[in-house]
Order: sequence, then C-alpha cells, then structure tokens
Amino acid sequence: MAINWFKYSSPTTFYGLAGKMIPWFAVSAAILFAIGLYIGFVVAPVDAQQGEFYRIIFIHVPASMMSMFLYMVMAAYAALGLVFNTRLSGMMASALAPTGALFTLISLWTGALWGKPMWGTWWMWDARMTSELILLFLYLGFIALHASIDDSRRADRAAALLAIVGSVNVPIIYFSVKWWNTLHQGATIKFTGTSMQIAMQQAMFTMLLACWLYSIAVVLARVRSIILSRERNTVWINELPEVKQ
Amino acid sequence: MMGLDIWMRENPLVYVWIGSYAVTLVIFLVEIATVVHKRKVTLQQVRLLRDAGDEN
Repeated sequence: MAINWFKYSSPTTFYGLAGKMIPWFAVSAAILFAIGLYIGFVVAPVDAQQGEFYRIIFIHVPASMMSMFLYMVMAAYAALGLVFNTRLSGMMASALAPTGALFTLISLWTGALWGKPMWGTWWMWDARMTSELILLFLYLGFIALHASIDDSRRADRAAALLAIVGSVNVPIIYFSVKWWNTLHQGATIKFTGTSMQIAMQQAMFTMLLACWLYSIAVVLARVRSIILSRERNTVWINELPEVKQ
Repeated sequence: MMGLDIWMRENPLVYVWIGSYAVTLVIFLVEIATVVHKRKVTLQQVRLLRDAGDEN
C-alpha cells in the first residue's frame, strides 16, 4: 500500500499526527535517558587517563551531534519551504531553532566544564569551539530575524535564507579538528569504527538516541502551537476538541 | 579559582553531575515548561478569537 507523504505536509493532517506521536517519543526518551545514565555512571568503567571527568562525554557528544544535526534539518525544512512554498516547512524550521540552540548551549557549556580539568581552561579560541559558538549565533540570528518580521510567511522566507547560508558552518564544525591544529581532540567515533570501550559506546549511543527522541517530542509539541497560532482563523482549528472546550 | 580546582579534583563525580547533567536537566525542564505554557496561551488566544467571532 503506497503512503501519500504529501498528505502529511499539510498542517491540518500533521497537527493530529504530531499530537498522537508526542507521548510515545517523550516516554521513550525518558526511558532511554534513564538507561543511558545508568550505563554511563554505573556500568561504564573509569577512564585510564581522564578518570571520572570523561563521563561528561555522555551528554557532551550527543548534545554536539544534535546541535549540528538539528541545524541541517532546520536548513532542509527552510529550503523545502522556499522551493515548494509549503506552509508546514517554515513552521517546522521555526520549531526546530530553539531546541537546536539549547543543544548548542549544552554542548558549549559541558565542553567548557570538561575543558577545565583536562586542559586547564574553560575556553580557547580553538577552531572547533569557535565554529560551535558561531552555530549558536546562527540559531539565535534565525530566531531573532524570524521574530522581527510580523508577516509569518515573509519571516519564514527571510529566516530560511539565513538558515541555508549558515549551513556551511556545519561541515566546518565537523572537519575543523582535521583541517586545523586544534586543542579539541579528533573524532573518536568514525565511519570506520571506534576504539571506545563497549559500555562507553552503549551509554553514548543510548543518550544520543534519547536526545534525538526528546528533540522530536519537543519540536512536535512546539510546532503544534505554531500551527494553532497561524491557522487560528480557519474552520478546522475552531472545530478542534481542545479549542471547543 | 584554586579552591575550585582542588574541589573538582577531590569530587569529580559531583562536579560532573551538578555541572553538566543537572544543568542539562534544568535546561530541558525550562524548555518543556516553555512549550507547555506557549500551548496554553495559544489555545486561550484561539478560544478568545473564536468567541469574539461568535458574538459578531
């Protein structure tokens, strides 16, 4: 049976679908966070060189990955909105930006916390850290630009351009540790494999999956409010049970 | 600063927990509260708009 995916690009259909999916993603995220923290703090052994401090990895690496991934998803939705002029794309891009910005903030914060005991400093103007900071400014710029334009469709288009141009920063963040001599270590997990101990890997991937599911739940909840707000003058919104109450 | 350096080396797990995981939890809780609040406010606005439309 073929699924008509275009059906879900309509806010009318997507609103109900998102409402049904949120609890599943939220509960799964909470369970996986608990499992990930258990493996990370109880099962995974102490690192030979970094001692207990390395355990920041279980939130730092997933947050950093999510910050880049969410930006690319946001830019993809923004591009879809520009190309196909679909209403939902702009809404999804604006719903993704705050979560992406928060993951970037968590990444920078936990990185600084890890840097202090390992490198002796909270911050360095190192290529990886600086490009991640620029990512935070890009997210904040997207949010500010969108908020500064009253017409939501025009705001979507203007902010979409910023998101697309800013996406060039994501590969710069990823490859910065290869292209330049950085204080930040190179990638531990590569496409060719990893030298990490198995319990450490399990904790990190569980936390990554938890962050992913959390992001989906929170973004879907936010986009439902955006849909409600933008479509408030339509008949279908006024016929929703939660509006009729 | 020296005091913090000594404290973090003596209590690495507390430093990791409070500094990164507790802060992350607070950020997540604030985000969830903001999203829930935004939904409540938006629903109220939509209902008010509908009621105003009914009166006209």
